Amino acid sequence: MSSRTDSLVVIVKADAEEKGHSLWSDALQRLRKNKLAVASALFLILELVLFAITPWIAPYGFEVQDLSNTVAPPSAEHWFGTDNLGRDQFSRVLYGGRISMSVGLLASLVSVFVGVLYGAIAGFAGGKLDSLMMRAVDVLYALPFIFMVIILMVYFGRNIVLLFVALGLTQWLTMARIVRGQVMSLRHKEFVDAARTMGVSSATIVLRHLIPNSLGPVIVYLTLTIPSIILEEAFLSFLGLGVQAPMASWGTLIADGVAVMENAPWLLLFPAASLSITLFCLNFLGDGLRDALDPKGAKD
Amino acid sequence: MGIAYILKRLAVMVPVFVLVVTLVFFMIRFAPGGPFDGEKAVSPEIKRNLLAKYHMDEPLWKQYFNYLGDLARGDLGPSFKYANRTVNELIADGLTVSLELGMISLGWALLIGLTAGGIASLRPNTLWDYIPMSFSILGICLPTFVIGPVLVLIFGIWLEWLPVAGWNSWEDRILPSLTLGFAYAAYISRLTRGGLMEIRNQDFIRTARAKGLSEARILIVHSLRGGLLPVVSYLGPALAGIIAGALVTETIFGIPGLGRFFIQSAVNRDYTVVMGTALVYFTLIFVCNFLVDIAYALLDPRVKHE
Amino acid sequence: MSTPVLEVRNLKAHFFTRRGVIPAVDDVSFEVREGETLGIVGESGSGKTVTQLSYLRLLPEPPLRILGGQAILEGHHDLLQLSPKKMRAIRGHKISMIFQEPMTSLNPYLTIGTQLCEPLQVHLRMDRKQATKEAIAAMERVGLADAEAALKRYPHEFSGGMRQRAMIAMALTTRPRLLIADEPTTALDVTVQAQILKLLKDIQKETGMAIVFITHDLGVVASVADKVAVMYAGHVMERGSVDQIFYETQNPYTHALLQSTPRIDLSQGKLPAIGGTPPDLSRLGAGCPFVDRCVHHRDACSRVLPELKWFPPDHESLCHLEGLPV
Repeated sequence: MSSRTDSLVVIVKADAEEKGHSLWSDALQRLRKNKLAVASALFLILELVLFAITPWIAPYGFEVQDLSNTVAPPSAEHWFGTDNLGRDQFSRVLYGGRISMSVGLLASLVSVFVGVLYGAIAGFAGGKLDSLMMRAVDVLYALPFIFMVIILMVYFGRNIVLLFVALGLTQWLTMARIVRGQVMSLRHKEFVDAARTMGVSSATIVLRHLIPNSLGPVIVYLTLTIPSIILEEAFLSFLGLGVQAPMASWGTLIADGVAVMENAPWLLLFPAASLSITLFCLNFLGDGLRDALDPKGAKD
Repeated sequence: MGIAYILKRLAVMVPVFVLVVTLVFFMIRFAPGGPFDGEKAVSPEIKRNLLAKYHMDEPLWKQYFNYLGDLARGDLGPSFKYANRTVNELIADGLTVSLELGMISLGWALLIGLTAGGIASLRPNTLWDYIPMSFSILGICLPTFVIGPVLVLIFGIWLEWLPVAGWNSWEDRILPSLTLGFAYAAYISRLTRGGLMEIRNQDFIRTARAKGLSEARILIVHSLRGGLLPVVSYLGPALAGIIAGALVTETIFGIPGLGRFFIQSAVNRDYTVVMGTALVYFTLIFVCNFLVDIAYALLDPRVKHE
Repeated sequence: MSTPVLEVRNLKAHFFTRRGVIPAVDDVSFEVREGETLGIVGESGSGKTVTQLSYLRLLPEPPLRILGGQAILEGHHDLLQLSPKKMRAIRGHKISMIFQEPMTSLNPYLTIGTQLCEPLQVHLRMDRKQATKEAIAAMERVGLADAEAALKRYPHEFSGGMRQRAMIAMALTTRPRLLIADEPTTALDVTVQAQILKLLKDIQKETGMAIVFITHDLGVVASVADKVAVMYAGHVMERGSVDQIFYETQNPYTHALLQSTPRIDLSQGKLPAIGGTPPDLSRLGAGCPFVDRCVHHRDACSRVLPELKWFPPDHESLCHLEGLPV
């Protein structure tokens, strides 16, 4: 039996190579077959567009109070109801999502920046510096960063720049390891040597081979970092240590909703559902990308 | 697995611990504001006396080394806010509650996770697999502060089956521990399923069948040990996560645990309590990771003390 | 003649997969008697392992389905009719099996001792102490020094040869009537290979058990087997005594196989390989499975599956030819 399956694998491989697809178009095609990932991607794009134009499309301002109409259940005027100050919950969920998503994206960029820089330096340097830097990463792994962030937020004022820098710094370790591993392995790959012997310039090697090949894992890990940072931000905001009033993120909205859930469950359920669905989509997309970019690990 | 390995691990923990103490100490001290700023009725004179009482008028480096010295003796100092109580006493109170919450939550996580994952692995691609695995996606994506309030809403407020808050009777334990344990049950069920499925494709399982062993024996004797290794190595991060998640859970359910002390003291700038609780958390996480590594090495004979 | 320890008659077992039906075992018959070794030879994918696993009920059903035939143990049990529970009582007790890869075939998480005692505890209801005593004896029989200490060790602490010896010891603890050895020496060095083959022969002489020895190596067959069955694409192409197969070859496939094997006693110059590749089993036609690669094929070969031809007293060949053209 084994020889048959072997030959089958060979045929499939030859087939894929014949079509001459690049890594990326190939990955895109695999991703397209994953309906859950595609639906997630579409939903996230929709969300990003909505958050980008929130100030123009939100039915009400996020601070506009209507004290004659507080804690109203969902209705045609207020799709998600109103809170205890008569503010429109739908608008607040939109504005809150804007904040949550921005913090998630910016903090992830911080983590990518630090992680890629650190990992690339360690990987390129190699030798003693590399092992020292990686040992430091091992030690830092043991630290529960979230407690550090809590202390930081408590004592240094709850400002949003500090928030996403601090959150970004909780997530760079894995990124650094991934990048370092990629750089180390790619430096000595046969195809890089082959390109070099064929007289391809260093710049082209870096552009055509090293960057695209290490980009995949970075992008996959990035899509998985964003939800964990959004989650951490919501966690802090829920504890009252993140985004401060009058600004609101999904975390603070959920915290506010919990306080009144007995009388006004919609104030809890809408932001909770928004956050959960977004986290779902980001996780599905991340998993889909990972499977698409790493055909070895994926099952057909 | 030798004594040398254990000692080496402990030796690495000491400098990391000192690093953490130093970082947290100076982070707190360099932050604006102090423990006695909030009180309105404190005259400058009284404030000076208070600072002197707690040796906070001394140079910072001296305070730092005093703190380290006390710490070495296991003394976390007095509380600034809770008069006449030492940090050790406060932590002892909170810790018992938090540990109980954490243990029950871990118990749920293991019970639900192992059962669901085990069943799914025995009947892959059937409803026995799809239903628990769909639930596990929920558990992985839904944060504690969403699951907790939703559970309270359903079982506490709408159905009125379980208490909404408190920490007295056994009913009080159910919702908080389920809230905290659910996400880890979800992860554990996936790891269990994956681990057991992989083991079942191994050659040595075919050998076990060829020996005429029953399916139950193949599962228990031949599959569990190797199949559950991923779960064991996940327990380290899981315990750290449960410890952090307890902050939220204790807040939601009004549980007088360490987490509430930590948050409240942080807000009140009760330096010694923040330091103390933070150190207890770090120690807990280090110890848990350490125990998990030892357990892993004991379970997998191929792991050499490296 | 005595009753065969195992007699497999017209066994037919196919895989039913989404991509079609794969006739992995098609009308396979063989028998093996006490103290006798049957060598089953074929290329990989010829169905020699699947045949054994199928009547031992070690393959998941589905996708496998047993469509017909009999596998009679010691003259009375038909293994294909037994309940899973009764089958379990036979596996590892009356019939033991050893596998090709001793590294992955032993459980890395359990000590050698635990694994050796298991068949004794399960089938003979021994307690661990008794079982350990037997296991030590078994280890000594297969030539593992310091057996008592060895039982406390894990597979990864053994060399390949030691692991295969432990595997054999495990298979023999219950004194089975039949041992199925699936390429037990393929993964080993040549010198270790010779030791293991000698060991199997010695034990067979001592206990009188029957052995089914699966291999793709004709040299190994010549040295261990009394009888040989040559398999190709799920069919037994030829079966007979070792001498008949090697010196009175009737089947073109066997002939081609023998031709492509290097021999020390003949300097042949270039070694002839069998042209073409083994057929895709899910697309087999009605004719002889070997037709595309056979140098003697005729019109009938691609249309009609040949019947077994009998060369008295006990030599059979699946071919349209009346004996092999010289």
